Amino acid sequence: MATTALPLEKTTHATHEMSFVRKYIFSTDHKIIGIQFLLMSFVFLLFGGLMAMMMRWQLGFPDQPLPAGQLLPETMAPGGFLLPEFYNSLVTMHGTIMVFFAIMPLLVGVFGNFLIPLKIGAPDMAFPRLNMASFWIALTAGILIMAGFFVEGGAAGAGWTSYAPLSASPEWTGVVGGQQLWLVSLAVVGLASILGATNYITTVVNLRAPGMTWFRLPLSIWALFVTAILVLLAIPILSGAAIMLFFDQTIGTHFFDPTDGGQPLMWQHLFWYFGHPEVYILILPAMGFVSDIIANASRKPVFGYHSMVYALISIAFLGWIVWGHHMFMSGMNPTLGMAFMMSTMIIAVPSAIKVFNWMGTMWRGNIMFHVPMLHSVAFVSMFVIGGLSGVFMASPPVDIYFHDTYFIVAHLHYVLFGGSLFAIFGAVTFWYPKMFGKLMNPLLGKIHFWLTFVFYNLTFFPMHNLGVGGHMRRIYDPSQYEFLQPLAPLNTFITVSALLLFAAQIPFAVNFIMSWFNGEEAGENPWNDNGLEWIVPSPAPHGNFAEVPIVYRGPYEFSSPLVEEDFLPQTRKLDSDTEPAAASAAE
Amino acid sequence: MSWILPPSASTFASDIDFLYYVILWITGIAFVIVEVGLVVFIVKYRARPGRKAEYIQGSTKAEVIWTAIPAVTVVVIGLMSGGVWNDVKGRNSVPAGAIPYGVHAQQFEWQISYRGPDGQLGTGDDFTVRNQLHIPVNQPVVMRLTAEDVIHSLFIPAFRVKQDAMPGMTIDVWFEATQVGEFEIACAELCGIGHTTMGATVTVHTADDYQRWLADRVAAADR
Amino acid sequence: MAHPAMMHPPARREIGADVYNEKLGIWIFLGSEVMFFTALIGAYIIVRFGSPEFWALPNQILNVPVTAINTFLLICSSVTMVKAFASIQDGDQKKLQLYMVATVIIGAAFVGVQAYEYTTLVHEGFLPSGYAAGSHLAELAARGELPASVSVYGSSFYTMTGFHGFHVSMGVVCMVFVTWKAFKGKYTKEDHRGVEVIGLYWHFVDLVWIILFTIVYLV
Repeated sequence: MATTALPLEKTTHATHEMSFVRKYIFSTDHKIIGIQFLLMSFVFLLFGGLMAMMMRWQLGFPDQPLPAGQLLPETMAPGGFLLPEFYNSLVTMHGTIMVFFAIMPLLVGVFGNFLIPLKIGAPDMAFPRLNMASFWIALTAGILIMAGFFVEGGAAGAGWTSYAPLSASPEWTGVVGGQQLWLVSLAVVGLASILGATNYITTVVNLRAPGMTWFRLPLSIWALFVTAILVLLAIPILSGAAIMLFFDQTIGTHFFDPTDGGQPLMWQHLFWYFGHPEVYILILPAMGFVSDIIANASRKPVFGYHSMVYALISIAFLGWIVWGHHMFMSGMNPTLGMAFMMSTMIIAVPSAIKVFNWMGTMWRGNIMFHVPMLHSVAFVSMFVIGGLSGVFMASPPVDIYFHDTYFIVAHLHYVLFGGSLFAIFGAVTFWYPKMFGKLMNPLLGKIHFWLTFVFYNLTFFPMHNLGVGGHMRRIYDPSQYEFLQPLAPLNTFITVSALLLFAAQIPFAVNFIMSWFNGEEAGENPWNDNGLEWIVPSPAPHGNFAEVPIVYRGPYEFSSPLVEEDFLPQTRKLDSDTEPAAASAAE
Repeated sequence: MSWILPPSASTFASDIDFLYYVILWITGIAFVIVEVGLVVFIVKYRARPGRKAEYIQGSTKAEVIWTAIPAVTVVVIGLMSGGVWNDVKGRNSVPAGAIPYGVHAQQFEWQISYRGPDGQLGTGDDFTVRNQLHIPVNQPVVMRLTAEDVIHSLFIPAFRVKQDAMPGMTIDVWFEATQVGEFEIACAELCGIGHTTMGATVTVHTADDYQRWLADRVAAADR
Repeated sequence: MAHPAMMHPPARREIGADVYNEKLGIWIFLGSEVMFFTALIGAYIIVRFGSPEFWALPNQILNVPVTAINTFLLICSSVTMVKAFASIQDGDQKKLQLYMVATVIIGAAFVGVQAYEYTTLVHEGFLPSGYAAGSHLAELAARGELPASVSVYGSSFYTMTGFHGFHVSMGVVCMVFVTWKAFKGKYTKEDHRGVEVIGLYWHFVDLVWIILFTIVYLV
């Protein structure tokens, strides 16, 4: 699926002849690998979205068969009506696919690969072959997890959090092979992530161009770097936990089996010890991209660059000591709950710093509303909602009521969709020219943005109100409960909005494909940006830079009084600039 | 589209609800400030020909202000939450004299055990009712929550009660109902195929009614 | 230490970590490995403190003397690995080959002894799920000479030592490759990154074993 011919290389001045397969399939070029990840993630985004639509149909129109639901086998939806076990599989797989095979590869796999070498002035990653391996391992994992739908007993059905003992034995879920495929897939994709993270960290530390000091790095690269550290240290915890759970299922170990000395609560501790850093893995890169785009569109330096960097680092650090806030209701020691509450409250501070600095960046700017900027502003305003709704759950007494309700579902989608996915749409549009040499159509882009923004909010904002009404998450049939019956019209409303939100992605897909072939030629620097990636031709050629670039300043020198134009590329030498030490030392 | 919590019927519910409304106000104000600010900036600083953005790198004073205000706010929310949390779920929060019940969760039902005539829970004369909890009003009660198979979660929305039932653990959950009537119990943690059907009811009686109900039950158990 | 200038094409770079990519990369990767073993060892600590009655005393089930010898073997292999690295630093190809071969053999021997240990334990009735029904150990347990169940003990033992064994095996495979390259004369006094990188991995695996041996076999 990720192997279509790319109309790249038109302007390439790297001349070595490579076969099609080496160039586009088993490529070691970080840009091709980034694009491969992009295509793979979009396919999984579509799968995850379709699963969400099926769930929404069940919640909104439980009395009517799913449109085209007859195409599904009897074991999933006889007569087009979803079975509860299939619904559980959808809940589980939607979450897992979106987290591990859509958002995470989009943020880290796509842009980590594509941007890091280009933005730091390196010819490629430190370990190009490892990089290639990491993509193919991730794709294998994706196929493994999807295979769950085609095995006896269906796909994993214990939630994306896979709490033991429910997940530990087919006796409880009715799922046999699907649960094991799920675990194997996560361990495999974890390996891909760890290899990728090793590569990113090494590259950022060792391959920066002369003059690209730490505090001249774009915030996108800082964010990806910090994220890579989180991936490196958090993912192996999940791998370890997944392996133990897999052994519980297959060779009869008892790690999570309370009847024989094991501890189910331990799964939650391990899972969330990984899981909370994972939450930041899913948002920090988005914050980085948005910082780059907002500065570009506002034609102003990022407000408080240093505090943005420190906020990133402190979010990443605090992310390690807040995992218990997912477990206030789990039976964990309540005193421990208080400690986790305080650390969780504190993490709101660096998040607030980031929001205010984005606003500070726009303040007294000269804001262009190109499509990436629309998505970035949406990111900021949606992330604010996601952040503020988090305060409710951070307060353990309030969490008593909201835990495991739609309030959480609203919160996490405001962060992951309203936050990360909007940033991804922005970033794809922003860097599309450097990937494919063409601009995406701005009109289609704006149509896509507005439809998505409106229907996104109509879908997810009312979920807060479902939560206030006490509506539990992950339930197949809310009409079972009298106290949820008044919420049924709201559920239907959300379903209609969700279907429209799904349909609103069509302009994006059309735009993405059409622009590839017929888009307007982008030229080197369509956004008048300062980053190193904009001094090379579009699409960026193999090997990136004809000669090693030399960096004289940070990436956000917009509207500098030193020059006539409202931008000042990092590599442009002014009379007042001196050669960086690294460059002169090597000469 | 309501932001008002449904009616509550337990002693600590009002504390929890109060905290919720405090946070709702604080976050609501923050929300309005940020979103209005964004809109104002978007309109006021939109690109116009011949204008150049001001070259501003940042401001330490501003950074200090917007670090300090959120920090103080969240710490205050934290302290307020801590007190309520301690009263509701703290290790020593269960009031002395609370009537004990055994609540045993299993796929997909709640087995609720009552003390028999000996006044002790966990003895041979206990009786068990499926999916029905009967309690007296204005009297603290404590659920000895256990699970048979997987994790379930005891959720009584009207009482603002929620607690996971964890296999291998016994967790005490206390509350005191303030209103006579019937309320729903739900399972809040995904527990398998029948998760959605795992409901039950609490019936809150007046003290006299409760004694009568109990006596009927004990008599029925004797026969 | 080799001369960095010989290892890189002469592209100019901002001053990074002052170590070459492969060495930095393996250090970073080992950070990830530390977290992986932290998860396994953490789980062991939690279940052991949670269910101490499931643990047999050292020597009751496990054969500590044999494993002690095996531990000694692995430490020896770390020494030969150091020797191999020191040899190529002096540019001594012959000694590099000799010590690499020794390290491969000792590493493989460690895996062999572990396989023997597993076979014996399974034969006696000690499985990842606890006692095998009707086995010798199950009878001892029935007589009260062993804990009634060793389920989580078995789970932790096999998972931790098994994953360590897997890491050793991977190390041996990589070392065979390095040894093969050593015989082809690919490493020089100036550039012997492969030897150093596999050496770092090998010492890490050795270190993990010393921790595992202590917590699994001795306490």
